[in-house]
Amino acid sequence: MAISTTNLTKKFGDFTAVDHVSFEVKKAEIFGLLGPNGAGKSTAIRMLSTLSIPTEGSATVAGFDVQKEDGMVREHIGLVSEKMIMYDELTARENLKLFGKLYDIPNDILNKRIDKLLAFVRMEKWAGHRIDTFSTGMKQRINVIRALVNQPDILFLDEPTLGLDPQSTAEIRELVRRINIENRTTMVLTTHMMSEADMLCNRIGIMDHGKIVALDTPANLKRSISGNDTTLFEFEIPNLDTNIMSSVESLKSVRSVVRDDAAHIKVSSVGSDSFDILVDALRKNGAQIRTVKNLEPTLEDVFLNITGHEVRDGASKAPAPTRRDGPRGWRPNKRVR
Amino acid sequence: MGLRRVLRHSAWICWKDLLEFSRSKLRLVMLVLMPLFMMMMVGFIFPTGSTISHTPVALANQDVTVNGISLGNGLVAELEVVNNHTGMMDLRVATGYDDIKTMIQSGKVSGGIIVPPNFTSDLLAGKQGSITIMTDQSNPQTSAMIQSVVTKLIEQLGSQAAERNLNQTYNISLQDAPTVLMPYDVQVRGIVPGTPNYFEFVAPGIMSMVVMMSLMTGLPHAISYEKDMGTLDGMLVAPTSRWAIIFGKVLAQSTRGMIQGFIILLMAVLLFGVVIHGSILLVILLILLTVFSFVGLGILITSFADKEETATMVMMTLMFPMMFLSGVFFPIQQMPSYMQTLANFLPLTYAASAMRKVMVLGAGVPAITPEVVILGVFGIVLLTVAVPMFKRAMSR
Repeated sequence: MAISTTNLTKKFGDFTAVDHVSFEVKKAEIFGLLGPNGAGKSTAIRMLSTLSIPTEGSATVAGFDVQKEDGMVREHIGLVSEKMIMYDELTARENLKLFGKLYDIPNDILNKRIDKLLAFVRMEKWAGHRIDTFSTGMKQRINVIRALVNQPDILFLDEPTLGLDPQSTAEIRELVRRINIENRTTMVLTTHMMSEADMLCNRIGIMDHGKIVALDTPANLKRSISGNDTTLFEFEIPNLDTNIMSSVESLKSVRSVVRDDAAHIKVSSVGSDSFDILVDALRKNGAQIRTVKNLEPTLEDVFLNITGHEVRDGASKAPAPTRRDGPRGWRPNKRVR
Repeated sequence: MGLRRVLRHSAWICWKDLLEFSRSKLRLVMLVLMPLFMMMMVGFIFPTGSTISHTPVALANQDVTVNGISLGNGLVAELEVVNNHTGMMDLRVATGYDDIKTMIQSGKVSGGIIVPPNFTSDLLAGKQGSITIMTDQSNPQTSAMIQSVVTKLIEQLGSQAAERNLNQTYNISLQDAPTVLMPYDVQVRGIVPGTPNYFEFVAPGIMSMVVMMSLMTGLPHAISYEKDMGTLDGMLVAPTSRWAIIFGKVLAQSTRGMIQGFIILLMAVLLFGVVIHGSILLVILLILLTVFSFVGLGILITSFADKEETATMVMMTLMFPMMFLSGVFFPIQQMPSYMQTLANFLPLTYAASAMRKVMVLGAGVPAITPEVVILGVFGIVLLTVAVPMFKRAMSR
């Protein structure tokens, strides 16, 4: 195991950012921590990378205890933080050199390694240029290879594509995959983007309110709400109201109901006759069904399915945002560091 | 973690900080300009001794001629001769009290001299001739200075007149007359050669102050800024001792402070005519000691303040009283006693005092031992408190 945590907890005063989290990360896998802002992903990564001391519980990273052997942990890890760890007024090479020197890498090895890393992200020509002359995408490439100067066994990536344009996002995702394949580096990645987690991660831990509420491969997570005996439907009901909602929720075959917007609900239900039961219940309560779709579930659906019923900030009763592409029903930014 | 490794890491962090600093031309220019402005500012704003120069002063001669004799005219003529020589006042003609009052109110003059109508008649009658000096109460400093300068001048003219009287009335020779009139003669002699120069007073203080400022503003800035930017995480996540981070930052900021200190020293000597009477080595050692005594304070505030902005505000609040209470610009002895007590608790007081003793008075180690001990203790105590606080703040 590359990482293993037992009841890892971090409290800031009364607020519990990470709440008794236990999980394991296998060697050379890409492990994703997925969840909305404020779910505790970053705090979890900060504890694993020795930047924050756990209030309770323990964790071993690369075989070392994060509290008792923090020095050894640091030797084996790299961190790509949400904020770029780079000095704008220094050149790319100077930045890489400084951090290499903090790992006591001898000059000849370090210089060769820097050349190799720069070539790895096709930035050799830019080695002598200052970071503040780079585009955001170029900066992030340097930021990622900066975390690789010590050839870490485990690389932590905290929202590595946040604020990047689509092209740079694709580049960084590709880079992450290449690092994982070529160096067999274990990766722990946090993201609030379902698609990113789906694309990159071997396994995903869904975090909400500081807890890991589900942990499996993306395929298995999706299968949990659709597949085998479970089906995911989307109904368009123009006269949707709370009465209709609760009638569906009270059905035995229904596992979860999520209201997408004023007229759409997603229902995950079990049993071969579940569709008939659903339609009967809806009709009986006066619902006018305009369209119905049998959905191929995404991780977004998984997340809504798992956390959607929970009363979060009293917002569950309010109509969910209507944006179709963005994260739905999530608590607005409430970052706690 | 070995000491050599800590030192190696801090050297790299220091290298990084100085490299970053040197990348901005504006910052490098400011490094020189700041002390230059400071020296010029304090040198010219604050009074250089008890002299005035070309200060506008109104003069009203109301003296009435008695039998064709006007002693008032004679006095005014002598006053003008002396003043033309020294150039202290720009004399303006006025008619009397009310006229001068209006002139002072409108800011045209800073004071006035009135020779009253009965000046000659009083003197001829064997009485003292009185002269009125008018002052501008809204400006106590100039007012006091004009008062003392004019009084002195008139006393001088008075004793010259007395000497002539002695010569004429009692036949005492003009050479002996001063001895009869003023048997005591006062001689002022400093313990080092040369006349006192205000820059000699402020230069050591400003040097200590700049070293303090570079640590107290530079250090929290350097650390809090990196914390805000997230770059500090890069160092914290590396197998680098927290000591190396603090020490590297301190090293970089001290280097900056020292460079600035030396720029001041050079400027003071080359541009402002300051003569250093003590040992340069001792001056350098004192700068190092000043760095040591302020490092803890810098680190402490860095640990308390979560954001760069907070850190800067706390620094400013602490720094300004220190600048003005520590006898950098004004001698502590001139302050009210409760302020003097307060000054005794400020490390800058001792840093400036020791620096001044060495630079201006050519003092050796024995003379500054109390200051050295106090600064050392101050540094140790603050570091003892600050380092654990910093370590805790770094692992929140």
